[in-house]
Amino acid sequence: MSAVSLSTQLINLFASVILLLAFAMLAQRRVLPLINLFALQGLTLCLSTLVVAFTTGQAHLYGSAALTLLLKAMLLPWILHRLVRQLQVRADVEGLINIPATMIAGIVLVMIAFNVALPISQLSSTISRGTLGIALATVMLAFLMMIIRTKAIPQVVGFLAMENGLFLAATSATYGMPMVVELGIALDVLVGVIILGVFFFQIREQFDSLDIRNLEKLKEH
Amino acid sequence: MDLFILMLAIPLVSGALLTVVGERAWAPNLNIIASLGTFLASALLTAEIVAAGPRFAFGEMFFIDSLNVFFVALTAFVGLTTSIFSGPYMRNEQEHGRLTRPRLRLYKSMFQLFMFTMLAALTTNNLGILWVAMEAATLTTVLLVSLYRTPASLEAAWKYFILCGVGIAQALFGTILLYFAAERVLGETGNALLWTHLVDVKGQLEPAIMALSFIFLLVGYGTKVGLAPLHNWLPDAHAEGPTPVSAVLSGLLLNVALYAILRVKVLADGAIPGGFAGNLMMGFGLLTLVVAAFFLSRQKDIKRMFAYSSIEHMGLITFAFGMGGAVANFAGLLHMTMHSLTKSAIFFTVGHASQKCGTQLMEDIRGLIKINPVIGWGLMLGTLAILGMPPFGVFASEFMILTHAMKHHPWATPILLLALGVAFASIFGKVQPMVFGETQAKPLPHAPAITPVFVHLAIVLMIGLYIPPYLTRWFHEAARMLG
Repeated sequence: MSAVSLSTQLINLFASVILLLAFAMLAQRRVLPLINLFALQGLTLCLSTLVVAFTTGQAHLYGSAALTLLLKAMLLPWILHRLVRQLQVRADVEGLINIPATMIAGIVLVMIAFNVALPISQLSSTISRGTLGIALATVMLAFLMMIIRTKAIPQVVGFLAMENGLFLAATSATYGMPMVVELGIALDVLVGVIILGVFFFQIREQFDSLDIRNLEKLKEH
Repeated sequence: MDLFILMLAIPLVSGALLTVVGERAWAPNLNIIASLGTFLASALLTAEIVAAGPRFAFGEMFFIDSLNVFFVALTAFVGLTTSIFSGPYMRNEQEHGRLTRPRLRLYKSMFQLFMFTMLAALTTNNLGILWVAMEAATLTTVLLVSLYRTPASLEAAWKYFILCGVGIAQALFGTILLYFAAERVLGETGNALLWTHLVDVKGQLEPAIMALSFIFLLVGYGTKVGLAPLHNWLPDAHAEGPTPVSAVLSGLLLNVALYAILRVKVLADGAIPGGFAGNLMMGFGLLTLVVAAFFLSRQKDIKRMFAYSSIEHMGLITFAFGMGGAVANFAGLLHMTMHSLTKSAIFFTVGHASQKCGTQLMEDIRGLIKINPVIGWGLMLGTLAILGMPPFGVFASEFMILTHAMKHHPWATPILLLALGVAFASIFGKVQPMVFGETQAKPLPHAPAITPVFVHLAIVLMIGLYIPPYLTRWFHEAARMLG
């Protein structure tokens, strides 16, 4: 019994770290530290999945933990770092975010997420069910990040952080999706980032910058 | 060899092959031959399913029944005609200097891979794989939307990627919730995302979770269908991408996304009493229809206008499936078929028309009937067909949807009639001078491929006049499965 409660505490700890990192990403204006925060979030996600796998003996969760480590903590951050280097946007700083207001909006979103998740997590019987609210909050914070960012790479990091939140939701409510689905999702995310990499070069070639405020011409008049 | 495997393997293999040999002179023919092979395999598969009933493939990973085989046949057919159309169209674009050889290679290989993802999404039994294939379909088309590399096309592709990405993320959350609801009934056997297992236990799924799950799935996949208020990506992607891509996005991708919603609606209907899922779909459908109808009148770009017309029709179809029942489902399926065929035919003629006049602005396109009577008549007939004029098939399905709405949901009738009326006035008023006005445009270097246009319109006309009994049976069977 004490082992279970220790692991529950560990899972809750890791989940709160993930939420904290989501807030940190929301407030981070520089692009390279933002990617590092994302890598750290992936690593925490992997650790929390490992604890769930170890406690419940679900063999396929070790697989998804390994996949998370490989993809979200190593490969994707590496690709993003490379992109930043090649596109020479190292010094890209977001100017127009009002951080205190964003934080307050984020807190409101977290409260909403916990209220939505409460009835579902009460029906769940997994040891990690308490973290479903956090997972949903992470998704919503990532969504907020995508809305307020004006540079292309931070928007993509927001998109990937949203996927992290969804993965946490899957492990907390159900001990993870079937392996074949998880592999498919991982493949989609990887291919998506590679395609976006190609796409960034096209945008830069055309506009000399990765500021997506350039991309607001198509409107209904 | 198994027809099903053949049908999935041809686009996958030829897509990979075209990345290598896509710049050769015969590559467009390879594209057509591959599409023809896919179509033949799907036609034979359809015959097999109609004769022998539903079947599985690869264990229980894929499942083909009379509902999805109908979409498979339609998808493969429109894929074939689009590949025929794109041969001369893309050569003209290349000679106008708008496209280079490497980009044409990208186009052909991505087109085949897109067909593969569509067919995989339609035939998979696993709702998780369905999500994966839908996302893969976005990924294969995002670089096609930006194929011209103009500022506007890059913006359209970026919007397409981000909006559909956000939408599809919501669908993933919906899928997770669905899996959660199913796991409580089916246990952790790995079968809890298989549709054939889910449909057996749909009555036991927890209603509260299913309701939340269906909302997320409807909004998520609905983004790809083009349902308001998340339809913004659609007109941009259709207007700025190459015309063959507009044709398959409108004719196929929207259908496949709607198919995904229909599959989960069956489960949601079984789990939640009181027609919750249907009411939600009716609401979204009506909203989409009205929003699109009023945006139609403000359009200046011809492809943008017909993109809004696609949104309008998707709204109408979603409304029809929302009403549910044998008649409305039948009408919805019929309308989906008619819309796919008519809209892709319209995009084919629009592509040639704007190539001739060197613009997509409607006020600069004039007198098509004088430059090329075939294109002029094609556009006029296509427009009449899509506006629901008898004797075309769209009239039959719209009439069924309207009469069914009058009988069971009379409050919706004035809204439907108003929206359809506004759409008619806007589109017809703009197409008429384009076809019959005065002009000085020059002919094109490569004669356009007109056959696909008239093949599509002939089928639409035939179904408007006479639906063959085997087709009726097939539609009935599929409509019955939707409940």
